[in-house]
Amino acid sequence: MTSDDTTLDASAPRLEVDALLDDPRTRIVVCCGSGGVGKTTTAAALGVRAAERGRKVVVLTIDPARRLAQSMGISELDNVPRRVKGVDEAAGGELHAMMLDMKRTFDEIVEGHADADRARAILENPFYQSLSAGFAGTQEYMAMEKLGQLRASDEWDLIVVDTPPSRSALDFLDAPKRLGSFLDGKFIRVLMAPAKVGGRAGMKFLNVGMSMMTGTLSKLMGGQLLRDVQTFVAAMDTMFGGFRTRADATYRLLQAPGTAFLVVAAPERDALREAAYFVERLAAEQMPLAGLVLNRVHGSGAAQLSAERALAAAETLGEGLTEEDGTGGVHTENNLEPTGIVDLDGGKDASGTAGGLSPAAADPVAAPTSASAAQLAAGLLRLHAERMQVLARERRTRDRFTALHPEVPVTEVAALPGDVHDLAGLRAIGDRLALDGTTTDPDTDD
Amino acid sequence: MSRLHVVSGKGGTGKTTVAAALALALATEGRRTLLVEVEGRQGIAQLFETEALPYEERKIAVGPASEGASRSDSVRGGGGRRAGEVHALAIDAERALLDYLQMFYKLGSAGRALKKLGAIDFATTIAPGLRDVLLTGKACEAVRRKDKQGRFVYDAVVMDAPPTGRITRFLNVNDEVAGLAKIGPIHNQAQAVMRVLKSPETAVHLVTLLEEMPVQETADGVAELRAAGLPVGGIVINMTRPALLDNGDLDLLAARGARAGVAKALSQAGLGGARRGGLADRLIDPLLEQAREHAERVELERAEYAELTAIGLPTYELELLPEGVDLAGLYQLARDLRKQGPI
Repeated sequence: MTSDDTTLDASAPRLEVDALLDDPRTRIVVCCGSGGVGKTTTAAALGVRAAERGRKVVVLTIDPARRLAQSMGISELDNVPRRVKGVDEAAGGELHAMMLDMKRTFDEIVEGHADADRARAILENPFYQSLSAGFAGTQEYMAMEKLGQLRASDEWDLIVVDTPPSRSALDFLDAPKRLGSFLDGKFIRVLMAPAKVGGRAGMKFLNVGMSMMTGTLSKLMGGQLLRDVQTFVAAMDTMFGGFRTRADATYRLLQAPGTAFLVVAAPERDALREAAYFVERLAAEQMPLAGLVLNRVHGSGAAQLSAERALAAAETLGEGLTEEDGTGGVHTENNLEPTGIVDLDGGKDASGTAGGLSPAAADPVAAPTSASAAQLAAGLLRLHAERMQVLARERRTRDRFTALHPEVPVTEVAALPGDVHDLAGLRAIGDRLALDGTTTDPDTDD
Repeated sequence: MSRLHVVSGKGGTGKTTVAAALALALATEGRRTLLVEVEGRQGIAQLFETEALPYEERKIAVGPASEGASRSDSVRGGGGRRAGEVHALAIDAERALLDYLQMFYKLGSAGRALKKLGAIDFATTIAPGLRDVLLTGKACEAVRRKDKQGRFVYDAVVMDAPPTGRITRFLNVNDEVAGLAKIGPIHNQAQAVMRVLKSPETAVHLVTLLEEMPVQETADGVAELRAAGLPVGGIVINMTRPALLDNGDLDLLAARGARAGVAKALSQAGLGGARRGGLADRLIDPLLEQAREHAERVELERAEYAELTAIGLPTYELELLPEGVDLAGLYQLARDLRKQGPI
């Protein structure tokens, strides 16, 4: 019914989600953004939409809400994609989904790159067990590793990836590199063979530093932990080069033209600040950014009525009520008394609290309905004023982002009153993602 | 009463804001609190509208005056007590490790050599949990620190901690490290930190919204913390909004003639003609739609609220600030927290 009031400003180009999903050259879509902005739901909704538009899709999620995972049939962590039932496959597409099992992914790398004995030595090492169970960077690294594997299998037209809930949206770009460089870095070599390094001619100075250092390390970590680390490192030796190579390969994959990054945000200051950092970072790393998905945007079908006018009108109505009814409220029970509203005058003198002393007002016939109608109207107007204030705030926040990055295409997704945890809900989100500017859509109760 | 307040919550629930408000709330007259950040985001500096925090404790705010105290009393301390103070610290794991090495081993240049080799990076990023031990260790050190007279330097330490999904692991990592490093200084350090974290001196508070996912995470988080033997404090329900209309109102609206009555009322309030197709009449459908959405949300929020209270922890509520959180808003939230009793 309204098409011009809350659509996106001309300053930000529109993100054409369907065009992106339909393009056979799009092979990977990465959803990133700060925590709590709806990344996982967005990734799932994109997956459903792409599959129903005819592509063979796999969605890799990291940490989905339980009910969302159940609705997609991936509540078990078995680290392999499962076909999602209930998706309309008429267009020839399919949807598969999987939840990342970080430890198993790490174990698989070890098993795939070392002979059986060595693999067992690594898997049983206490240091390895802690490392693989999820310390800083491992999750990010394993997500990228899994993405690499899925892409290499070439089994899917499109891979949609949800990124880990990092402390900052930028973490997942750095973590794989960091882990890769540590695992085959200088320090690990020192740990592994301090004697070798120290024994070389011309390294005397370093030698002193080294022995002092390994001594310190031993003191600090306790001899047993140092030994665990050393055996781990020794066992992993053959794999180090591999780690670096793999991290580099994944990194290049992310830069490839078939990859599209979607930065997901909510129209809130912090989320959009993170989004802006992310956009800048992606540009610096030459990663292909497709656009910004702005979730949970509010709209109003009555945007022509400003918050100020609505409040003023509510106040006018409220004044009318206070004159008629000392409580400022309306008590329909009293008004509907079968005796009608005739002799309340006596009661008026009796009490100042006026519990139910309603309108001995000018128009005795219309009074009850008009008073309750006025109260309801005032409530609706105050609600509308609140909505318009939210709208204005969201718009200001969004405008700040588009002023900084006018080149970034944007799509807005209208806020839903509740959470999404079924395919129908994901489909509805998909519609909103693709349509854009649907923030005024009045029929949310489909 | 707890002296170390660990504030966690799902991403997007406003845990940094709540941690800052709590640090202010606890900084009553004559008291000093330390607000600690561990994730390197500089969220505190942004909230307090100051430049990025260095790795150094510094005063960033005075506590709000208590209700009824006159201005001169509380701020000036004219003959009375000095205003409460909030200090802040952004803990950096790498610097904390170097400090630690310096303090215990007088490493000096060897520390720099370690850094050059990437050992410090290694230790703070990869070595299992060492990073977390350093971060929690620094906070615990601040909790236990005393001045020359033997009084605690900080009356309370508030930590803006990692999100709910990681909090138990973050706090309990010391146990794991203690298990991994069975002897040596790391082991001892981990044990000492764990003693503070598991004592009644510590309280872990979870921030949530009245939405399904944050509430679910809160319930899960509480269960995990309890299972790990970590002391859970309270639940802070953030960004609550008043219910302007409820289902009762909607029922009224559904009554016969209500629509025309509302249109008439809108028209009387100066919003155009009430007849069919008039300006006031055209407002009704969108307004009713908003009312339905609102009522649906209120209903959902009630259900979520019931789930939260079923957890059986003290709850605190903070209203949504319509204009977002600025410094004035932060003080408002701090006062609101204070009004709700000791946390």
